[in-house]
Amino acid sequence: MIMGAWSPYLVGTLIGLLSMATFYFSNKPLSVSTAYARLAGLLGNLLAKGHTGNLKFFQETKPKVEWGVMLVLGMLLGAFIAAVSGGEITGAWVPVLWEQRFGPDIALRLGIAFVGGAILAFGARLAGGCTSGHGISGALQLSVSSWIALVCFFAAAVATAHLLFHL
Amino acid sequence: MDYTPGKADSPRQLVLGLAFGIVFGFLLQKGGVAKYEVLMGQFLLNDFTVIKVMLTAIVVGMLGIFSLRALGLVELHVKPARYAANIAGGLLFGVGLGVLGYCPGTGIVALGQGNYDAIAGILGLLAGSYIYAETSGYLGSTIEKIGNRGGIMLPDVLGVRLAVFLVLFVPLLVIGLFLIAQLAP
Repeated sequence: MIMGAWSPYLVGTLIGLLSMATFYFSNKPLSVSTAYARLAGLLGNLLAKGHTGNLKFFQETKPKVEWGVMLVLGMLLGAFIAAVSGGEITGAWVPVLWEQRFGPDIALRLGIAFVGGAILAFGARLAGGCTSGHGISGALQLSVSSWIALVCFFAAAVATAHLLFHL
Repeated sequence: MDYTPGKADSPRQLVLGLAFGIVFGFLLQKGGVAKYEVLMGQFLLNDFTVIKVMLTAIVVGMLGIFSLRALGLVELHVKPARYAANIAGGLLFGVGLGVLGYCPGTGIVALGQGNYDAIAGILGLLAGSYIYAETSGYLGSTIEKIGNRGGIMLPDVLGVRLAVFLVLFVPLLVIGLFLIAQLAP
């Protein structure tokens, strides 16, 4: 089994404490997926400003660099620091488990990853959040929408993983 | 969700966001939950690291946030319940999760630790977000109107007081965590 460098209970505890800090200092819950939507809107503004600005979603969620976008940029940096400090930089285009099942073809993995990412983002926006916004921040606030979403996330991911790897 | 519509975040908020992000990304990487094998292992039900991290974070955060709120130090940000959209979006999200093998947060962390396939996943996330925006007018007037209950919480649904619910629910989550630790160490 491939383990994390730190105990999952330690990491979970520290993420719980980090949640308290973001609520207290920034008045915001940890959430990630909206940042991708804002970045998509910024790209949309570059390519088709009028059209992007007319979309209902981007009128409510402005395409701009704000707290959540900075959070995601920070995550990239933090992950890099953690991986370097632990000697865990992988430098791989295809994950080991994927290669065992589907072979070493990089284009296949990238194509499927793109499609998976697109479904993921559409689902997150429709559900109102992702594994962070619903799964951690919403669940810990006892939000009904988040517990429903979290159960659906896991059920569909378990079914999809079994279809992909055990069929 | 945008909690301060129209208003740009202050430089202090932007720096805080970056700092919190560095810590969050660091922790997710150290927990191993941005590894494709660990995430897929969770969904193939042979590695329970992801549930251990999430459930622990939920329990600690729940006790922390409701304590801070009782002291008047924080306010809640409960997302509105839209039953049909929560379920349909949640199921779609799960399919995407199984196909990509990273979630939006762990995708960026995967890139940070050198899993370059996450780049395609991130480009997909940008595309999927824009496709949602394209359809947001239609979705907003159809599926997102079904079962619209506002920012309700679990104790509201069960008709019990928040304190009572927490006294029952937190030990239940802790027992669940202990059982997982016993059955899948």
